[in-house]
Amino acid sequence: MSAAHASRALVLAGLACLLALSAKAATVDENTVREIAAELRCVVCQSLSVADSPSETAHQMREIVRERLAAGDTPEQVKAYFVEKYGLWILLSPPRQGFNLLVWVLPFAALGAGIVLVGVLVRRWSRRPRAAAPGPSPVDEATRARISREIAEMDR
Amino acid sequence: MSEGRGASRWLIPLAVVPVLILLAYGFRTNPRDIPSPLIGKPAAPFTLRAFDGAALSLEALRGRVVVLNFWASWCYPACYEEAPALERGWQAYKDRGIALIGVNIQDKEEPAKKFLGQFGHTFPNAPDPAGRVSVDYGVYGVPETFFIDRAGRVRFKHVGAITDAIFKGNVETLLAEKA
Amino acid sequence: MTYVPEIGYAATVAALVLAAYGSAASAVGAATGRPALRRSSERAAVGVFALVTCCMLLLIYAFLTFDFSVRYVATNTNRGTPFYYRITAVWGALEGSIILWTWMLSIYTLVAVAQYRRRHPEFYPWVLSVMLGIAGFFLLVMTIPAPPFERLSPIPLDGRGLNPLLEDSGMITHPVALYLGFTGFTVPFAFAMGALITGRAGDEWITITRRWTIVAWYFLSLGLLIGGWWSYHVLGWGGYWAWDPVENAAFMPWLTGTALLHSVMIQERRRMLKLWNLTLIILTFGLTLFGTFLTRSGIIGSVHAFSQGSVGQFFLGFLALVLLGAFSLMAWRFDRLRGQGELDSVVSRESAFLLNNVFLLAATFTVFFGTVFPLLSEAVRGAKVSVGAPFFNLVNIPVFLALLFLMGVGPLIAWRRASADNLRRNFLAPVLAGILAAGVLRALGVGNTLVLLCMGLVVFVSATIALDFYRAARARRRSGDGWLGATGGLLLRQNRRYGGFIVHLGILVVALGVAGSQAWSVQTETTLERGQSMELAGYKVRFDRLHGAEESNHFKVIGTFTVENGRGPLAVLSPAKKFYPQEQTPIAAVDYRLGFLEDLYVVLGDFAQDGSHATIKVQVNRMVSWLWIGGLVLTLGALLAILPDRRRPA
Repeated sequence: MSAAHASRALVLAGLACLLALSAKAATVDENTVREIAAELRCVVCQSLSVADSPSETAHQMREIVRERLAAGDTPEQVKAYFVEKYGLWILLSPPRQGFNLLVWVLPFAALGAGIVLVGVLVRRWSRRPRAAAPGPSPVDEATRARISREIAEMDR
Repeated sequence: MSEGRGASRWLIPLAVVPVLILLAYGFRTNPRDIPSPLIGKPAAPFTLRAFDGAALSLEALRGRVVVLNFWASWCYPACYEEAPALERGWQAYKDRGIALIGVNIQDKEEPAKKFLGQFGHTFPNAPDPAGRVSVDYGVYGVPETFFIDRAGRVRFKHVGAITDAIFKGNVETLLAEKA
Repeated sequence: MTYVPEIGYAATVAALVLAAYGSAASAVGAATGRPALRRSSERAAVGVFALVTCCMLLLIYAFLTFDFSVRYVATNTNRGTPFYYRITAVWGALEGSIILWTWMLSIYTLVAVAQYRRRHPEFYPWVLSVMLGIAGFFLLVMTIPAPPFERLSPIPLDGRGLNPLLEDSGMITHPVALYLGFTGFTVPFAFAMGALITGRAGDEWITITRRWTIVAWYFLSLGLLIGGWWSYHVLGWGGYWAWDPVENAAFMPWLTGTALLHSVMIQERRRMLKLWNLTLIILTFGLTLFGTFLTRSGIIGSVHAFSQGSVGQFFLGFLALVLLGAFSLMAWRFDRLRGQGELDSVVSRESAFLLNNVFLLAATFTVFFGTVFPLLSEAVRGAKVSVGAPFFNLVNIPVFLALLFLMGVGPLIAWRRASADNLRRNFLAPVLAGILAAGVLRALGVGNTLVLLCMGLVVFVSATIALDFYRAARARRRSGDGWLGATGGLLLRQNRRYGGFIVHLGILVVALGVAGSQAWSVQTETTLERGQSMELAGYKVRFDRLHGAEESNHFKVIGTFTVENGRGPLAVLSPAKKFYPQEQTPIAAVDYRLGFLEDLYVVLGDFAQDGSHATIKVQVNRMVSWLWIGGLVLTLGALLAILPDRRRPA
């Protein structure tokens, strides 16, 4: 290959690399955008997330998320940016640390306590001494069998 | 059952009391009143192009007290109430080293220009089409006004229509400080 | 110049006086044994109903005739508001919603009077007293902090207009159903108070409580479902539930009401848990009050919030009175009412129902704590935080899955003691079916673990229900009926049990809808030029044109989009943006194409004034229709269960 050809090839190769790199940097996984947006609170619509809200503000915030991801930020960094500007309330659920741990832990603790309580109560109630068994009844076998069959049927 | 058991049953109604107290506390708070985490921090830099074409940037205003006001033409009645106060504040302080910039957000050009025409603002106003600046300042409603000191730090944030008194108070405080 | 404000106000005050008198008279009459006072109080109840009905009619009349001398009318309607919505606007804002509530209360009071005046002489006067007292509170709210008949002077030429989000058919049904549900719980609550005061909570109390709880629960379920439907097709975000504080406040009494429905059955069978059932009913009624408090106090921001003012303080005060009073009564009567807890075995239907209660109450606690946590955080640390969907979903999903499982176990496991044989007969096949179904779905490519778990449980529960129907119908067939007759007989004769099964089936369908829509829906947002198309999940959406239209009270910009799938044109969708003069931002009007398995949903976002391009958000929401279908099934089951029990001897 002549020098001219070689240098042209190099330039072309370099351009191709550049293009590939910029394309890679520009494509952002839409799922990641949605995931991050789903954890941010839309500031104008109360309980909706930025992912769900149809408002213009939310649209702009999604664009910002997209832009930051394309510039190389990690999802954590993107969220941190919003927290820095708006405060912790921009996150749709509080971070799991400090006082906020309470809201994450207490429901499960309550559930656990409830199950334990029911377990204890059921144990206690099923161990109560029962009244002395009644004496042999005057009912004959066939009737008794029929009665237990019908009871079984009713109990279902 | 025993006497000790008798007293513990009153725990049931008593358990309700802390909840009621918490709910009562709720009357003293305003869920829409959110403290800004930007107070005391350096103000985010911005570059905007005003409606009349002039370039505006925070960097160029270093050394002056900057008042940044976010508004929209559909924000009725608050933005309409505060517009004259802003113009009055501008007229009173423009020669004393402040800069007042209005940032128009979530709006269209035509109604925004109509708003400006209605009030005859003489201070620069610029649109923020992609909402970058409004998010950079943690804006969640209109109107909101930020007071930035000479060193470029956000010192006060006012949510809602601004009045002459508030404008004057904050600006005077910041003007009194050295750069 | 009309005198509507003055007449309305006078009627309100008169009703308040009557309610207060009636409440006191009935209580005094019961305490001192004078039936004449009770009868007088009944007449007062009739008077309250008549006067509140007058108020309702007067307000409707004011709306229909554009009487802007009434401030409430001027704030909530204008000359462009369509006729239909002028009637529903009556309950569209705070004051009117209180009238609606009070009116329903007065109706329920009369029903209670008619049904029980001869049958339960010990309870009944106390029930009447409590119900009139509660009605009196709401009338007090109508008199002082939130009077609907305030005069506006000078009379404006035109009103402000109804909140555009409320101009929808949901407005006629959602609040009505919801309020019928909320107020419906007043009756069992009043009976609970009667039980506590007289110290008796026997058989009749159970039957009454159960019946009224199902009625209220039915309406509340309907109200919640319609609310979800309204959110889905009006608000433009494509979702049906946002864990908004006020949605939560309506959901909590539903949860405790469900718990009550089940645990009352244990009381029926085993004479246990009287105190617990009383607690549940007090909690449920308290939560309905909490819900109205939340909507009207402004302490927690919400899309539903009406307004502030001193209304919130009135409601908090009343809530405090009710909870402290009722629980104190319970503490007082503690020894009289506690039963002998006695169970035969840990493995039994009783245990299953107790677990059901634990999970439902845990869910209630989660929702409650999550809703008030922002307030707590601010009170304790001064820091504002948000608690939203990610939290509620994360914590509630395991609880609801556990409840699904219990739904399959509960109805079939034996009372008292479930033998190994009983367990095998009833559950082996369904468990296998559930595991098989999950395996099949996994093989078909479903990767989401939660969805697989949900599907497996749904199949398990369906199999238990089918098994029970089959066995019971087969038993009936022995006496000569055909299959259809046998099943029909089951539904009618054992309507409580089989109505309950149908309710469970409805819940299963709803569960499938929730799981499918959360896991499999897709969406995307693009800007299209005129004539350009975009594709999503096999649908091709082409932007045709943009045009404007003038309506009676707003201006609409409509985008026309043609939708095709692989086989050709499917539909033309017209999402719009509505501009109301009294609103600050435009309201999105979605357009959608509903389907059994998936809905296509298009929202119009930004657009160019010349119509050259438009931004749209397109969603393909899967399985959402199953929510509404499931809801319908659920309510049919509840109706069936409410029917009088045919099996009981006359």
